[in-house]
Amino acid sequence: MGSDFVMLSLVPMAIAALAAVACALPGNFLLLRRQSMLGDAISHVVLPGIVLAFLVTGSANPWAMLLGAGIAALFSVLLIELIVRTARVEPGAAMGTVFTAMFAAGVLALERSGASGVHLDVEHALYGNLESLIWLDAKGWSSLADPAALAGLPPELTVLAAVTAVVGAFVVALWRPLSVATFDEGFAATLGLPVRALSLALIVVAAMACVAAFSAVGSILVIAMLICPPAAARLMTNRLGHQVWLSLGLAVLAALSGYVLAGYGPLWLGFADSVSAAGMIAAVSGVILGLAALAGPHRRRASSALSTPAARPYKPPNA
Amino acid sequence: MIPHRQIAPVASLTVPALSISGLSVAYDDAIVVGDVDARFMSGTMTAIIGPNGAGKSSLLKATLGIVPKLAGHVAFFGEPLETIRDRVAYVPQRAGVDWDFPARVIDVVLMGLYGELGIFGRLRPSHEKRAMDCIARVGLTDFARRQIGALSGGQQQRVFLARALAQRADILLLDEPFAGVDAATEKALVQVLHALRDEGRAIVAVHHDLATVPAYFDHVLLLNRRRIAEGPVATAFTEKALAETYGTRGAAHV
Amino acid sequence: MAPAALPMFDAFLLQAGYNATLVTLGSMLLGVAAGVTGTFLYLRKRSLISDALAHATLPGVGLAFLLMVALGGDGRSLPLLLVGAGLSALAGLLCVHLLSTRTRLPLDAAVGAVLSVSYGLGIVILTVIQTLSAGRQAGLEGFLLGSAAGMLRSDALLIGFGGATAALLVILFRRPLLLVAFDAGYAATRGVSPARTDLMLMVLVLAVTLTGLKVVGLILIVALLIIPPVAARLWSDRAGVVVAVAGGIGGAAGYGGAAASATAPDLPTGAVIVLLAFAAFVISLLVGPVRGLIPQALRRARMRGHLDGTG
Repeated sequence: MGSDFVMLSLVPMAIAALAAVACALPGNFLLLRRQSMLGDAISHVVLPGIVLAFLVTGSANPWAMLLGAGIAALFSVLLIELIVRTARVEPGAAMGTVFTAMFAAGVLALERSGASGVHLDVEHALYGNLESLIWLDAKGWSSLADPAALAGLPPELTVLAAVTAVVGAFVVALWRPLSVATFDEGFAATLGLPVRALSLALIVVAAMACVAAFSAVGSILVIAMLICPPAAARLMTNRLGHQVWLSLGLAVLAALSGYVLAGYGPLWLGFADSVSAAGMIAAVSGVILGLAALAGPHRRRASSALSTPAARPYKPPNA
Repeated sequence: MIPHRQIAPVASLTVPALSISGLSVAYDDAIVVGDVDARFMSGTMTAIIGPNGAGKSSLLKATLGIVPKLAGHVAFFGEPLETIRDRVAYVPQRAGVDWDFPARVIDVVLMGLYGELGIFGRLRPSHEKRAMDCIARVGLTDFARRQIGALSGGQQQRVFLARALAQRADILLLDEPFAGVDAATEKALVQVLHALRDEGRAIVAVHHDLATVPAYFDHVLLLNRRRIAEGPVATAFTEKALAETYGTRGAAHV
Repeated sequence: MAPAALPMFDAFLLQAGYNATLVTLGSMLLGVAAGVTGTFLYLRKRSLISDALAHATLPGVGLAFLLMVALGGDGRSLPLLLVGAGLSALAGLLCVHLLSTRTRLPLDAAVGAVLSVSYGLGIVILTVIQTLSAGRQAGLEGFLLGSAAGMLRSDALLIGFGGATAALLVILFRRPLLLVAFDAGYAATRGVSPARTDLMLMVLVLAVTLTGLKVVGLILIVALLIIPPVAARLWSDRAGVVVAVAGGIGGAAGYGGAAASATAPDLPTGAVIVLLAFAAFVISLLVGPVRGLIPQALRRARMRGHLDGTG
């Protein structure tokens, strides 16, 4: 196991786990705010941003791609707002319009720019290339203490580690305002909380996580990581704090077991090649969600959540 | 005057326009309507009143089959709803509809005729005239070709009533028809409803404003998950009954 | 530039050969069907469910391919692949329904979960196929982003026929669809079951999705279901007109995209079609009589002029 594992599997597994955590964290709040489809939107719009960064810098520099994707995400949010406001289109349809068009533009730019062949071809954009993020400079577990070897780590790992730290810091630091604003935005506003800024910040943080994870699992499978672990956790507990911790645990579980199944599963079954790690991770997170949906202790809706809208409050007759 | 089906006077005295027995409605494990009996006769206008969460809307929706009922029996003119739909009209709460929908006032009123026309029936000029008559009856003639989002709250409520009128139904069930409408609209709606009642139809409305009950309605049903009282306003709309329905708040204000 | 332009015009004028013509016309019919069906989805506010439906086709496509190969075929039969796609899409739809009704998860989470998980599963199956048939080009990746290039005549006919049928059925049932979209509670009282009407709509959306898998690809078919209605809404306040305009925009996008793709086979067809539809949207946003920015500005200027004139 030793040196082969460190060279070939340690880094991809770490990347997968970090990507899962980075996405699950904001995913909890998106889920509660009924903005899960925003994950769908973000993971589509980051593509043109990434392609743009690639075209501008001429290289697959992860930091540039992060910036490009951030710009694209911001641009799309503004565009959606504009469309909702001027054309009075409902938000879901506006989102669908913008993110599909931007994704199409990204795909077209990818194909025409000759980016195919270098790191960014369409397939990788769609489902990532986790298996190829190997650590050639590693010679064994000892390399973890060797600065020279560490310098040869794939940059995606550094980016993801940094982004995960930022996302984690964001959630920890803004825990209380986020929780209040998520539960009842109107009430939070009356408390003086900057709900719009919070909402925007959450979206930005989620976008950062999506982009950082893109290198691992491609722009679309990120959605699975944004939604499934938090959703499964939601069905298992009634407390927000527990839900978030649980979602992180489930996310790491999905990432690691998905990677192992994809890499070693076929070998166990007698086949030579591995299957898509990213796809397997998404599938495993789906299985976890399915189990939670079937047996989670808090999977049912509260009855008050189903009652008819309250009648007009009783008005005194002479008012 | 819109020509209407004559309801045989004898029939209206014996067969209730709407008869509910043992109706219960539940969501998950909570009973919102518990074992309610009620009868509504033709030529009457009944208010269903009760505090928030009393199950008034649920009662209406379960009666109309919009939400499933847990138990009980519902009959319109002695028949189940499925066989007699064209004689039953529903005027829902405004809030449930997307007012940005691409429909003009007349398009919405024409929807009232789909029951007669079926899926494939052709719309004729006579249908359009009928729709325009209903629109005139609620005072919206000038707005007939306006998109519904361009209307005020009161006008939107009138559109819903016009749609119900187009059906020429013999019983109308309304869910808080006066909620959030201006005084002029309220007056206009009450006039139309009273005229319908005087024509011999039955009007049943979930109502929120206790103060106007005696003026608008001749019968009441007091509901707080279960039936508290039912009958003519004079006998059923009493302090005691209200106290039981609302707790002491209601009684203090009557 | 001139020599390169000629083939393009040929394709647009349907002169580029029988096959290319069929593909272009088939794509046009698909676009019409998507625009028309998508309008009712849009009015019913269910546009994004079609995304889950589309992504859920992928596992079925892969499994159908594997089954065909296992039974001795070459796995290329479009109708059979679409049957597989349809079955797994229905399974996905069922999962969305169960998740959103039997658990406390909201609909958007259910849609996103089914979308991404089924897509991931599909990708796994695709990579299995890649390793199994290392020498053989399965060509299934074409279902992701669409590839009108290399389409068989029979495929184009299937697509055209499927699109036309779906569009006709939607138009035939427009009354219950509109009634439920506008006011589902009222529809129920009139004896039009919202549940059954919604199911019918989803089946028609599925038909359009399956029809569009080869041309536009599953990732982008949702765009063809969303963008034309959104654009069409800016032209009229009458549902019937919106449906017609959406069909027109979808058809034009399908036509243009397929024609362009016929001349440049490495262009991803789906992307071109979607961008054409988006261009139509931008134009509608600017000049659409009902909500367009320019007519609105003109109206306001006129009103200001009136104010000034009459003092």
